[in-house]
Parts: sequence; C-alpha cells; structure tokens
Amino acid sequence: MQIIVCIKQVPDTTNIKINPETNTLIREGVECIVNPFDMYAIEEAIRLKERCGGKITALTMGPPQAESALREALSLGVDEAVLISNRAFAGSDTWATSFTLASAIRKIGHYDIILCGKQAIDGDTAQVGPGVAAHLNIPQITFVKKIEEVTDRSIRAERMMEEGFQILESPLPVLLTVVKEINEPRLPSLRGKMKARKADIPVWGPEDIDVGGDQIGLNGSPTYVAKIFAPERKGSGKIFRGDAEEAVDQLIHELRSGKLI
Amino acid sequence: MSIRVIEEKCNGCRLCVRACPFGEISVEEKLAVIGDGCTLCGACVPACKFGAIEIEVERAKKIDLSQYSGVWIVAEQRRGKLQSVTFELLGVGKELAGRRASELSAILMGHRMAAAAGELIAGGADSVYLIDSPEFEHYQDEPYSRVLSRLINKWKPEIVLAGATAIGRSLIPRVAVMVRTGLTADCTGLSIGDDGHLLQTRPAFGGNIMATILTPRHRPQMATVRHKVMKAAPPDPARQGNVINVEVKESDRFTRAKVVDLVEEKEKTVNIAEADLIVSGGRGLQAPENFALLEELALALGGAIGASRAAVDAGWIPYSHQVGQTGKTVQPKLYIACGISGAIQHLVGMQTSDVIVAINKDPYAPIFQVATYGIVGDLFEVIPLLVNKLRRR
Repeated sequence: MQIIVCIKQVPDTTNIKINPETNTLIREGVECIVNPFDMYAIEEAIRLKERCGGKITALTMGPPQAESALREALSLGVDEAVLISNRAFAGSDTWATSFTLASAIRKIGHYDIILCGKQAIDGDTAQVGPGVAAHLNIPQITFVKKIEEVTDRSIRAERMMEEGFQILESPLPVLLTVVKEINEPRLPSLRGKMKARKADIPVWGPEDIDVGGDQIGLNGSPTYVAKIFAPERKGSGKIFRGDAEEAVDQLIHELRSGKLI
Repeated sequence: MSIRVIEEKCNGCRLCVRACPFGEISVEEKLAVIGDGCTLCGACVPACKFGAIEIEVERAKKIDLSQYSGVWIVAEQRRGKLQSVTFELLGVGKELAGRRASELSAILMGHRMAAAAGELIAGGADSVYLIDSPEFEHYQDEPYSRVLSRLINKWKPEIVLAGATAIGRSLIPRVAVMVRTGLTADCTGLSIGDDGHLLQTRPAFGGNIMATILTPRHRPQMATVRHKVMKAAPPDPARQGNVINVEVKESDRFTRAKVVDLVEEKEKTVNIAEADLIVSGGRGLQAPENFALLEELALALGGAIGASRAAVDAGWIPYSHQVGQTGKTVQPKLYIACGISGAIQHLVGMQTSDVIVAINKDPYAPIFQVATYGIVGDLFEVIPLLVNKLRRR
C-alpha cells in the first residue's frame, strides 16, 4: 500500500490573542504547527500502514521552515517526506496549490491512497483535497470519519454529512479528507524523533515537478485577495454582576424585549 | 513571485508591518524587509502611504470575460427535498443578477425533481437546468461534478454559487479545478464591485480576519456560501420560469466512488448547525452529568445543545455537539455560553451569532468580549434560577 499524506504548516491559533483596542492579531511568539486536521490524516496513514503494510510519504508545499512539519510527520511514523518549496510557488491559491501538489504526487508515481485533513485552520477552505483529486482525475471521499474496510484494490469509508453519514465504496487510488472524529493521534516516540532528526528531506522546485508559468504561484492563481480587514466585534455588551437573582431577571427582561425568547 | 520594496520610497515607517496579517514584514535599517513566508496576499500594498511596495503579476492569457453572463446557483437536495441553503442562494443570486442585469438560473440534479424545479422558480430562479435521472438521486462527486462542469463550459455563466455544506464543499472544488477558475470558500458576503467583479468576503485565519477575494481574470467566479447568512426571498408561486431538461449521457453516469448507504443519526436534540437557539456548555460544567442542567435550559427555551472542545475532549458529550474551529460553525439567533471561557477556537465557531449570552464566574473570561449580555456568576446557581423563571412565565 503506497500512501501519501498532504500536510500544511499553519500558525498555532491556540496562542493567538486579539488586541481588544486595535482588533488585530497579536502574533508575537506564535509558533507554527502541523495543521491539526492533518495530524488525523497522518495518524490514519500510520494505522493503514499497520494494517496493510507499505510506505507513507508526507508532502507539503510551503516556505523552507515548513520542513519542521515534515520532521514531525517523520517522527510519528511516516517513512519519507518531500518539501515543495520555491519562491515561484508563493501566492498560490487553492487552484495553484492543488495543481502543484498533484504534480508532485505524479512525480512520486505510484500511490494507492492520498490522505488530507479536511481543511487547514488558517484558510479554512477545504478545497485543496478535492482539488488534488480533480487534477489527478481520481475519486475522492471527503470528510471521512471512519475507514470501515480496505483491501489492496478498494476502500469503504464513512463520510460525515450534516444529518448523518454516507457509506461509500471506491476503487484505489482514491483521495480521502479526514475529520477529527476518525482517530486519536499518537505522540512521537523517542526513536521516531531520532529518526526524524536525521532524515534527509528532498526539496523540490518547479523544474523537479515539471510545472511553471501560469499554473503555479500567484500567476497561476485565479483568485486574488483584494482586501483584508478586521471583523466587527460585538463586544462591550451589558454585563450583569452581583446578585444572581437580579442578574437573571435583567437578562430575561433583555431577551424578552428583544423577542429572543 | 514578485513582491518588492522600492528602496527609494520606503522610509521604514512600519505601517506595512502592522498591516501584514502574517507577520512577515520587518523593518531593518529603516527599510521594510519581506519574509519568506509572504503569501502575496497584498494587504501591505494599500497600507503603504508612500507606494513603496508593489506586487507584479504576469498576466496569464486573458480570457474573454464578456462571453460569460448570468448567475447560477447549485440547488441542493437530500432525499428529494430542497435544502434551505438553496433558497438563501436564490435570494443572494437574485440580487447579484439584478446588479449585473442578467438572469438567475438554478442547476438541479436528482431524480423525480419536477416539483422541486417549480419551487426554485417560485424562490426566484428565471430558469432551471434539470438533470433528472435515477443515477443522480443521491449526491455523488463524480457524476455531479462532470455534468456541472460540462454545463458551465457550454453555457458560460458569470457567477456560480453553491452552499458551503458537506455536499457543496465536496462538489465545487472539483468543478473549479475542472473548469480552471477561481473558487472562494464559505463566503459570508457577496456583492458586485464597481468594475463588475464579484466581491467575495469570507472569514479567514479562524475568523480573526476578513478577506475580500476577487477572481479577476477567470470565469465563472465561483463561491460557496455559508448557510444561514444570506436571506431567502419569500416564495412567489405565480412566478414563471423555464425548465430546461438536460440530457444525461451514458458517460455522465460513470462513477468510481459509489454511495452504498445513507445513515441518518437521530439525536435527542436538533442539528446545531441549523438551530436558531443554542445552549452551550464548557469546562465550567465540571462533570458530564451536569449537562442535564443545560438540557433543562434548552428544553425551557426550545434550543439545541452545543459544547466547547474541552467538554467534548473530556468525553462529556459527543463530537457532533462541538462548536468551534474543529467542530461546527453555528450562527443561531441566540447563543448561550455556560461555563465556556471563550478560547479563540470556540469564538470563531459562534461569534457571528445574532445575540450571545455568556454565563461565567470569571469576569475576565474572553467570552465576555463577544457577549451581548453576560452574567458574572456561578452557573450552578444562575442556570436553575433561569430555568425556574422561564418555566413560570
């Protein structure tokens, strides 16, 4: 079983605070982490390998420092990692990103299952996974909460929907995006960390994966960010303190006059 | 890649440093320096008062944008029933079509859907492209994306919208790649700019920033739209429209991934993403059995139960109730947060609720910063009082 996991390094929003005066992010000291949803994808890849054998390759596109995300994946049990990094890729939107990842996957060659987190927590688009599947023209199962069965030719998985779930069957190769419910990611072992530290991570640029021009980076991106602004915050609401009974009365009064209850 | 600082114009004033949402600009020796993590988002360019930052884009072969006209919405049906997000899409689609002096069409894929086509016309569609075939009864990625791509290539709509639902967010990214155009996820605002482009506004970075996104050189301009943000127009059963029956080819039916079963999960409370009133609990509840308190409050108010990640991770309540970044995004009319401190991951999932009530004993809890009303107090005292008084009315 040849498994590919696509991951992304993102700023750790756990540590992001908002400056209440300026309504901007306080970014000092914010660390970069592996996108949390991708941790479930890595874990599922390792579980698949434990069940079926094979090899896992982790792939990321990003700046040079994204290498540390790949080392983390290696420490958890991923076998190989590739960093796609070059200034030519900067400014990629989801079209260009999925095109670039798909091109790198084609270069890797053989693959049975491609795993992605359902979305990254910085952009929250959930578009790159299905985009990669479309570029490779392979089937996809999005929002997977459970892999029920896997053979060397097919897979059966549960896709989470708003009101329940669908059970889907697909031949391989297939691309899956996974949700939090699918597993509980493990922690790296000491041996894994040692291995990850020493691992050789190749860096691929545009010429390595045979892409360029108007298909990658900002030039290859159909969308363009015209404006970024701080959201309106509600804030400075009415806060009732002191006697609980009085506070509750005041709250009920407000909610009733607002016809909310 | 080409962002550059024009050294003669830069005086190191740091305006760009503050404008950069990614913290990638620093000032060294009175000169702005752009870091490797720059995503070319462009926020710094207008922030610079001296015109010292420029981004150059090698324009790709321009497509003739004038060939494209009309607004399309992708109708969503489950078990033959149109979903409410579809009518919201019709509402916003109608406005956009009006601004562009063009028509609004709906794409409807399913089986035995003729009556639903009439509902779409009543909801504002001028035309309905109807794909009616047994293989299209349930959503499947490959046949749906293939047919939608073919229709887009043939009829060349200017704008294509779909719901930011599990189906919409699986289907539309595939289609956007197939027709080689831009796609903006989970929009909360859509309007037409002065130059006729679709302005697509969405939260990014976990809701901490808003971004307005354009698709300047490609068509159609595609977006998924967040549920419960746009307003549906009241249905007008007298409205007239065309139904265009789309021929289904043999090759359209082909699918590799097949749906073998649909399982509906009956929960004792309603789907929180759809609820108008949510009572949500966090770590402050201290133990799983205390969710009974919330259930009483939810029952008294007719609401659904939500939870913070802390409560879900502690195993007090199933994941399907989780509100926030790794859970669901909700937007009820009233959200009551009980014993939730308000970590940013929780806030991004609920801060667009119409009215937020926070009950927490810590007056400094961040939840109070987004609350419309707050009670600083012990929830074990406040909630029973609230339940009693509500029952007595």
